[in-house]
Amino acid sequence: MKNWIKSGSPWIWLNGGAVAICMIMVVGLIGLIAVRGLAHFWPADIVEFTVTNERGEEQIVMGEAVRSQIIPAAVAEDSGVILPEDFAEDGIITRHLIKQGNRDFGRDFAWYPDVTMSEWRTPQNAIMLERREWGDFFGFPVEMRVDDEVFRDEEVWPALQASVERTGVLFDDLRRIERFEVGRINQQIEGLRLEQRRLALDDTISEAEMAEHVTRLEIERGILDAEYEVLRLEMEELRAASRRDTLVARMANGQEVTMSVSTIVRATQPNTMGMFAKLGEYVYRFWHFLTGEPREANTEGGIFPAIFGTVTMVLIMSIIVSPFGVLAAIYLREYAKQGPLLKIIRVSVYNLAGVPSIVFGVFGLGFFVYIVGGSLDELFYPEALPSPTFGRPGLIWASLTLALLTLPVVIVSTEEGLARIPSTVRQGSLALGATKSETLWKVVVPLATPAMMTGVILAIARAAGEVAPLMLVGVVKLAPTLPIDGTFPFVHLERSIMHLGFHIFDVGFQSPNVEAARPLVYATALTLVVLIVALNMTAISVRNRLRERYRSESD
Amino acid sequence: MSVTSSTSSGANQRRTDLLPSREQRMKLRRKRAIKDGISRYGIGAAGIGVVAALALIFVYLFSEVVPMFKSATMEPEFSYPLPAVSVGDDLVHLAMERYEELGAVFTLSGQVSFFEVDGGALRRVMTIPRPEGAATTASGIGEGRSGLVAYGYDNGQASLVRHTYSNSFPTGTQRVIEPNLEFPLGESPLTIDEQGRALSVINAQKRGDDVYIGAATEDGEVLLATFRSRTNMMTGETTLDKNVYTLEGFDGKPQHILLNDRFRHLYVADDKGYIHHYNIINLNRIELVESIQVTDNGRVTAMDFLVGTVSVITGTSDGQVAQWFPVRDDFNQYSLKRIRDFQGYAGAITDISPENFRKGFWVADDTGMVGGHYATAANNLVRRQLSDLPINQISISPRYERMLSVDQSGEMQVTEIWNRHPETSFSSLWQKVWYEGRSSPDYVWQSSSGSDEFEPKMSFVPLSIGTLKAAFYAMLFAMPLAIMGAIYTAYFMTPKLRGLVKPSIEIMEALPTVILGFLAGLWLAPFVEGHLPAVFSILILMPLSMLGFGLAWSQVPQSWRNAIPTGWEAVLLVPVIILVGYICVTLSPNVEVWFFDGSMRQWFTDQGITYDQRNALIVGVAMGFAVIPTIFSIAEDAVFNVPRHLTQGSLALGATSWQTMVGVVLPTASPGIFSGVMMGFGRAIGETMIVLMATGNSPITNFNIFEGMRTLSANIAVELPETAVGSTHFRTLFLAALVLFVLTFVLNTIAEVVRQRLRKRYSSL
Repeated sequence: MKNWIKSGSPWIWLNGGAVAICMIMVVGLIGLIAVRGLAHFWPADIVEFTVTNERGEEQIVMGEAVRSQIIPAAVAEDSGVILPEDFAEDGIITRHLIKQGNRDFGRDFAWYPDVTMSEWRTPQNAIMLERREWGDFFGFPVEMRVDDEVFRDEEVWPALQASVERTGVLFDDLRRIERFEVGRINQQIEGLRLEQRRLALDDTISEAEMAEHVTRLEIERGILDAEYEVLRLEMEELRAASRRDTLVARMANGQEVTMSVSTIVRATQPNTMGMFAKLGEYVYRFWHFLTGEPREANTEGGIFPAIFGTVTMVLIMSIIVSPFGVLAAIYLREYAKQGPLLKIIRVSVYNLAGVPSIVFGVFGLGFFVYIVGGSLDELFYPEALPSPTFGRPGLIWASLTLALLTLPVVIVSTEEGLARIPSTVRQGSLALGATKSETLWKVVVPLATPAMMTGVILAIARAAGEVAPLMLVGVVKLAPTLPIDGTFPFVHLERSIMHLGFHIFDVGFQSPNVEAARPLVYATALTLVVLIVALNMTAISVRNRLRERYRSESD
Repeated sequence: MSVTSSTSSGANQRRTDLLPSREQRMKLRRKRAIKDGISRYGIGAAGIGVVAALALIFVYLFSEVVPMFKSATMEPEFSYPLPAVSVGDDLVHLAMERYEELGAVFTLSGQVSFFEVDGGALRRVMTIPRPEGAATTASGIGEGRSGLVAYGYDNGQASLVRHTYSNSFPTGTQRVIEPNLEFPLGESPLTIDEQGRALSVINAQKRGDDVYIGAATEDGEVLLATFRSRTNMMTGETTLDKNVYTLEGFDGKPQHILLNDRFRHLYVADDKGYIHHYNIINLNRIELVESIQVTDNGRVTAMDFLVGTVSVITGTSDGQVAQWFPVRDDFNQYSLKRIRDFQGYAGAITDISPENFRKGFWVADDTGMVGGHYATAANNLVRRQLSDLPINQISISPRYERMLSVDQSGEMQVTEIWNRHPETSFSSLWQKVWYEGRSSPDYVWQSSSGSDEFEPKMSFVPLSIGTLKAAFYAMLFAMPLAIMGAIYTAYFMTPKLRGLVKPSIEIMEALPTVILGFLAGLWLAPFVEGHLPAVFSILILMPLSMLGFGLAWSQVPQSWRNAIPTGWEAVLLVPVIILVGYICVTLSPNVEVWFFDGSMRQWFTDQGITYDQRNALIVGVAMGFAVIPTIFSIAEDAVFNVPRHLTQGSLALGATSWQTMVGVVLPTASPGIFSGVMMGFGRAIGETMIVLMATGNSPITNFNIFEGMRTLSANIAVELPETAVGSTHFRTLFLAALVLFVLTFVLNTIAEVVRQRLRKRYSSL
């Protein structure tokens, strides 16, 4: 034993333990996110049981079991639970968090101690309704009314399914009209208003001309108003049609609720589903999560705008950062005069990678948004003032700020690649009579391309995960429109965007119902982690292959 | 050689035919040279441009911060004789409206003249009706923003007026300001003293429907009259309830009266240098709380409230300027305290003009000197001789860009003022400041509130302490794990495993901090709160179990040990760690029941330890997680690159591998490890999202591991989107960003320089 300590083995074990802990943490963290995120889409069984509440009354509870905890009884009693006299004598109880849904009628999440519960049952006809508002509904179908026809018992479920499908189509139509056609008309009317203001600001136009313009604009406005009227009637009709069917459902406590089918997104009976049906439902939900619009202050629905915003922003950023980063690296490595000044510059540029991202955000807000954006507004959009066009946080500023933030990453990586190229290759090219630029573009740069790729991928990975600066320069909680759409000029650089990382922050920390939002945050986090890990893996493998290649070439 | 040349002369001939002609070659060469030039200058321009853009960050941040430290200036614009004051009449009050276009002159006779500040042309003259045959004996003004002016007469009556301004745009773009007078309590004079004694001092304050008038009669009695106007809902008639209270007397003659606008305190300054402080919360039991000596060789010559009517600024005949406000003691009693003194003046203070929306004020003295001060920051901003004669009255505009002053000869000076950022100074940022309403000086960050009267409290101390606290706990968690892990990975681990660990650590580095923050805030924080015993037992048991397992392993028969070669210790430990962790967590509730009466958190509270759910422990773990890869990669690199011949030499001399590590590798690689720690520290200081999400973001100044903090970076993220562009708060946040920038830049530079030195040393070894 003495020898064992003397040889230093304990230290080696401790050091090994440190590595093991780090690895467990990384794997555990990714595993935690993966498990929690993926579990969100699984159609869990609906359980039903009776609990005895503090006044000794029996109460039927139905919902999904979310998770269980083993806690000291004292902690449970502190949180207001009154336990029966004869609970487990070791002072420890188990409690279960039940997602009861039905937020419009009471608490949607509640903890129930194990000791007060009856056996769990899984009633076969229990349904879960995903609603457009108020979250999920758990209950039993009672009857369906379609126009004057009434369906009961066995007929309710198929009728409900058919009706939900029908209203879904109607709802999509309605959304399309609202979003695209009404949106287009609104945009055109706003354009007319701005044109009128622009004309009013223009001193060179005479009054007669002005009057002419005004009448022209009035006529155009009249046409648009008429178009809008047509759409309004159409929408009215769709709305009326979607209100046709109603469902009567009974909640666990016996109360009957009547609701319009138009408020239901999807109806499922998880307790009757087999493994494959559940898998199908899983895939359906996962797909809708990735492609759907967020609902209810982002705590329900999908994250498509956030994915789209992140990708657009990152793409624009990489378009900006790649050429500049690469050129700067080439300059620093190939053209600039090597000396103490260049050394200082190089160290400074490298160090910028370590400057906190929030500092870049502050710079972006102050310089890009307020100074550059403000000047652009004054020059090109005076008619829209005082409401800013470019002078407020938006896509272009977010991309530019992140480009600045990731410049050092690209520069460092490219320089490293350039430095790895054996000088014999360069000298060979020069000796054959090529000019410096020919050597550079035809020999050196192609050889260093993988390094540049690595840099750009790493930059993208960093940019995709960065949130702090974006909170200042362009990301919002809920963007009404996507940055790319069908109206001219198609890419709207001035629009604010949604972002996966900010979505996590916002939904997890700013929403009133954290418990309801939690699974969605995990799922969003999983999406982001998968994206970033994939990007990094690509970068790492590209780089490793590159290293191998040059090792063999230079040896 | 010669053979080939002679035989190939014919071939050469043919080749020249194939080659482009001379002109073409010239052309081609020129084209290539041009391309070369374009490439050179293009790349040069792009490279220099990028470097310049990066340099711009620093320059821009700096340029936003600079105005904050620019001192205020006073520039006399012009002067002219005071308009519309007839001989024998006296100026009693001077005011300016919001756009700095119009000024108002109130005279003793009750004449109010509105004039244009540029040039002094009269715009409107109005007269305050006064009781017949009475003479004005006193005047006083209410809180700056209210525009109240009270007149007291020699028959015991008083009048109350307000000056108001309305804007209109008759031609569309040209603003026209229309001044007016209002009578909040009606035009007819109000009887304050039923005995009809002349009023020598008067002051009024209005809040909602209540108007309080404090007055002193010529024989030194202090009266407080309260008015409440009530409008009858049915008839629309307004009735006025009046009550007059006589205050406890004192030895001395009242000179100034001030009434707090929440009707809590009334201050009377007498001619002996004392302030008498009355508590008027309960009108039926008004008490003289205290009499305080302001100066021992003089008297109070000017006295006014700062905005919010909490702080009193006194100016004395010997030129002292001081700030006072009531401070609550342990028994909930208020007493007036002298908070701070400002730079004194050569002459007696003649007038004090407080700024309308911030805690600044301007002071004039009887040598013609006028100066500006800022209370919170204890800033003496600027002073300037505006006249050779004593200055009687000054008035700062509500926008603080112009000031009116009138000297004894009746000459008015208009002064242009630049005073955008008086709120911060070195002392207000870094030292304890005694803020209004606090019982003692303190470090506080509380930058904004809904009220205009709010005193911004911008001390960097809580934020800096918060930043250091977060970084400290993160490093405490990260350093041992990262450095020890790096040593093991670089020196003891088998290459195969190393090839797995290194990319994992890189993935760890790439994980977005928003995810770490969200897990810390939503998963780790509640988990730790519910499993506190587990946290502590893991901390103690984990190393012990590793050592225990190591010892046990050394006792295992050699043949078993050979099955797993050295370099795989870490893998062997994985199940041990998971098992210990699992046992600790599972037994945690039992431990709570056995030792802590069922709840460790409650036990903490009983011990007097504050426990926040989102605290420094959580931040330490989450941010430590973010910092580990930074330190790990650099330290691992440094250890791995220690030249082989050094270690092999040591091993050959009979040292064990750990002895080689401690004796040879670590001393050589320590600069690299140090540089890794520096980098990690820099990252921990600037990290935003984790702190934002894993703490409560309350700016407190302590190092308690169970309480939260607010860091500089999180503070910027929270407050910058909501602050007004160009305001002091905005610039203060830029200063915070600049501090972060410079700090991390310096840390990283140190790390980089150390690393480069190390590299050079390795290559020479």
